[in-house]
Amino acid sequence: MLLIRCPWCGLRSESEFHCNGEVRPIRPHSSSLTDQQSVQHTCDRLNFKGWIEEDWCHSKGCGEWFRLNRHTVTHEIDQD
Amino acid sequence: MSIRSNRIAGGDLIVRSQKIRFEFNGRKYTGFQGDTLASALMANGIDFVSRSFKYHRPRGFSASGYADVSSMVQIDGDEDTPNVLASVTPLSEGLTARSVNCWPSLEFDVGTALRLLSPIIPAGFYYKTFMWPHWHLFEPFIRKIAGFGNAPNSIPVRCFGKSYDYCDVLIVGAGPSGLSAGLAASRSGARVILADDMLQPGGGLLSSSATIDGKSGIEWVSEVVEELDANPSVTRLQNATAWGYLEGNHVVISERSPTPENLLRRSRRVWAKQVIIATGAFERPIVFENNDRPGVMQASAVSSYIRNYAVKPGQKAVVFTNNNSAYRTVSDLSRAGISIAAVVDVRSRVDDHVVKVASQATDFYQDSIVQTVYGNKRVTGVGIRSRETGRIKRKIDCDLVCVSGGWNPIVHLFSQSGGSLDYNEQIHAFIPAQLLQKSLVAGAARGRFNLRDSLRDGFEAGKLAAETIGLPVQAQPSLKVIDRFDAEYSIEEFWSVPPINRLGKAFVDLAGDVTVNDLHLALREGYESIEHLKRYTTAGMGLDQGKTANVTAIGIVAKHAGVSMAEVGTTTFRPPYTPVEFGEFAGSCTEDVVLPYRYTPMTEWHKSAGAVMFEAGARWVRPSYYPLSGESMDQAIQRECRTVRQGVGIYDGSPLAKFAIKGADSETLLDLMYTNSFQNLDIQQGKYGVMLHEDGRIFDDGVTFRLSDDEYLMSGATGNGILLETRLDSFINVERPDLNVLFTPVTSQWANATVCGPLARTLLESVESDINFAADAFPFMHMREGVFADMSVRIFRVSFTGELSFEINTPARYGLDLWTHLIKAGDQFDICPIGSEANHVLRVEKGFISLGHEVDGTIDPYDLGMAWIVSKKKSDFIGMKAMQIRRKNDDTRQHLIGLLPINSSELLPEGAPLISTIKSTRAEGFVSASVWSSTLDRTIALGLLANGRERLDETVYANANGTIIPAIVCKPIFYDSDGRKMRM
Ligand SMILES: [Zn+2]
Repeated sequence: MLLIRCPWCGLRSESEFHCNGEVRPIRPHSSSLTDQQSVQHTCDRLNFKGWIEEDWCHSKGCGEWFRLNRHTVTHEIDQD
Repeated sequence: MSIRSNRIAGGDLIVRSQKIRFEFNGRKYTGFQGDTLASALMANGIDFVSRSFKYHRPRGFSASGYADVSSMVQIDGDEDTPNVLASVTPLSEGLTARSVNCWPSLEFDVGTALRLLSPIIPAGFYYKTFMWPHWHLFEPFIRKIAGFGNAPNSIPVRCFGKSYDYCDVLIVGAGPSGLSAGLAASRSGARVILADDMLQPGGGLLSSSATIDGKSGIEWVSEVVEELDANPSVTRLQNATAWGYLEGNHVVISERSPTPENLLRRSRRVWAKQVIIATGAFERPIVFENNDRPGVMQASAVSSYIRNYAVKPGQKAVVFTNNNSAYRTVSDLSRAGISIAAVVDVRSRVDDHVVKVASQATDFYQDSIVQTVYGNKRVTGVGIRSRETGRIKRKIDCDLVCVSGGWNPIVHLFSQSGGSLDYNEQIHAFIPAQLLQKSLVAGAARGRFNLRDSLRDGFEAGKLAAETIGLPVQAQPSLKVIDRFDAEYSIEEFWSVPPINRLGKAFVDLAGDVTVNDLHLALREGYESIEHLKRYTTAGMGLDQGKTANVTAIGIVAKHAGVSMAEVGTTTFRPPYTPVEFGEFAGSCTEDVVLPYRYTPMTEWHKSAGAVMFEAGARWVRPSYYPLSGESMDQAIQRECRTVRQGVGIYDGSPLAKFAIKGADSETLLDLMYTNSFQNLDIQQGKYGVMLHEDGRIFDDGVTFRLSDDEYLMSGATGNGILLETRLDSFINVERPDLNVLFTPVTSQWANATVCGPLARTLLESVESDINFAADAFPFMHMREGVFADMSVRIFRVSFTGELSFEINTPARYGLDLWTHLIKAGDQFDICPIGSEANHVLRVEKGFISLGHEVDGTIDPYDLGMAWIVSKKKSDFIGMKAMQIRRKNDDTRQHLIGLLPINSSELLPEGAPLISTIKSTRAEGFVSASVWSSTLDRTIALGLLANGRERLDETVYANANGTIIPAIVCKPIFYDSDGRKMRM
């Protein structure tokens, strides 16, 4: 289990957080997408092996949303 | 079974002055303080303790510590526990244990008959045989004769604890390397946790003949432990297994005898800056026919029983080995006065020191192997042969076979941490290679089997760990290690002796009863990947968890396939390393502590009114129905339904999920969340909406009211409260952070008393209020704010029953007052409280959809006949594109339909598949909700049926577990189809 730094609450256990997955662009307007782009937006993720940037929420704590960099193999976290 | 004492002189770990009484299989025995259940049983001449999992073969003690999977017993008493290993259970006064896997008794076991069938229980037997028609048909029979112990009947007297710990250095294992690491790290001032899974610290040192600086192994261990225990920054955990190495340098430890004593177990979850894995090594078996007979033991276990517990595991021994370490056992046997009939070494050349030790045996066979073991409930002899010829050369009488197939570093934790393994051709074992997390491996766990190396390696690891986290380190003190047995470890790769007879059984995995033939069969059937092979044969999958079986299985596969060990590779090691009781995961968070129930301000009233309460989803406890005295459940529900249809009822709607939405972009948010448009909603007007997932399937539905220019109140399904909150939260913060909008969950801020029925308005008008309830002043799908019976309220005209209905919301603290006031005011109208069951019946009569019934995660609005709710004008909402793309395919979809059973008193079971002819086996839909309607005086149902809207008046059949019930397809509405009543 990871230890994650909430910007307000400091270092807390992963079980208090909710991971929203990799950081993605703002949800595009449907009319700007072809069918294929829409399917890609809904279903495809980079699923990258290495460092990725993720959205996390301290959902069982203060509720703050923040971003962090996590290595998907070693689970190392870089929050600065 | 003859009862004789096998106790001899000596025994470093037992205290002879403290006798301990215990019971096994109903008979009373005594042992000593310091004994394990296994050593005490063995001392009392008990060598047959369990029956095996699949074939119910007699099993005895085969190894020591956590590797002795055949010593599994059930502990009875206040804290009855199944599947406990006798080899790691400390003997305690009054301990009561019994054998598992045998019925009616260990000696006369019905399941033994299975052995006669054994040729037909090959690898994958369960997969192959019990596939059709369904595994569940066979399960009760298989469970009765298989499966290990019994689950406890009662909650243990003591409780399970949990703790979260942080330290500089966590050391796993208190053998020579772990203790040395502990010295180094603690002398640097590090905060150290040292966890060891055995009953005493010391590991291999406990049964070693070496001296360290003139002290015996045990003396050295107690000196080190004394130093560590005197250091306040060291926490030493004994009888504590580190069973999981998770991401984040997080290790989970199960403490089996924690303090304080009112704890049964404690789960320690440790975050460490550095972890030192000093887990040691397991001796591995050599696989040959009947290698599971009681009396076949790992050589090191024999040494340990002799030296530590003063127990003679047999009277006449044969030693079988492919490496030098077994010769220590030869010396120990001789010291214990056990005659050594033969030493059988697979190697043709061994060094002089080994030859000298072997001279203590009557015969020394080199270049030879044990082909088979004789005897049933105990070894009576072995058949040996030379490696080249297949014929048994000689039969040797004995009652003990000491086997050593070499040593496997215990790499479980390292592998769990994400580290990779290499096959080492010197020691013929897998050793740690590439690290992934902040850990170090020391001693035998990385193949340093020699005591001197292991001590030094451990100290270096402790130093390095301290240095890495910036602590000052000291030089390693030099230790003088003298070992009388001075042959270096050397080994020749050798895994198994296949039985000559096809039906012979040579066990790779004793815990799962997996034989060499099973592996060969699986290979012949084309299972080549070791991961598939493991799953198919279950080798190393059960209790063993790769402690003894895996590397041997890999060796057998490599040899069979003619490839290298490295090419076969290892299977993945996963937590837990040893079985962990469920209680440890929960700790004190059981029942409603972990997931509290949710109550409304009116809950106590419902209970005192005699309501039958139930958990209605999302942990809300709600009234199901309110039976009057002498009334059955059905009678109560029908009465409540009639009340709503004919008079006035009151329903506690407080759990309905509610969200306050505020901000300039509130309308934009609603237009994105819902399929229909929320533009131009009047203030105090509401609208029903359906929300999709981005994949185009229905997620939720509910009514949203506009409170002011930029303020809305959204409602959703009770069970969806948390999911909705998460969805809104991530949408606003991640997907569309540009929107100027905020939301607050307000579900429990408001109590909701819903007054429904044709007399609802009359009732409300009889109460003092500044709200005008007249139909034209307060139309359907509108809300009013005001004062009602001296309480500030929001009243919504929404209907889930199809009747005239007012949802009266008041701040939660007034909820009970509101409710009791309405009950009192309603007395003259014969008001009745109604529960969720009646509500369900009323909504089915109206054909209103319900999450979990009609909306099952595959359904879109068109399927429900709700094309009207999908805006044709909007160019965007969540799920729009996906729904359009799916609909382009023009597949046959299931539609929401009504069902009228031809026999009007027959109830269709909910969930029953719908078929189009009596004999059809193809489900074309299912019954989603089914009730007795008192309004229609007959049974009705809703369902989803392929192309259902085009099949009105057709007869379909519900298959109720074989009973075929015909029903007519109709429109999914049975009452007030133009909705006049609720708009009244
Ligand atoms: Zn926080």
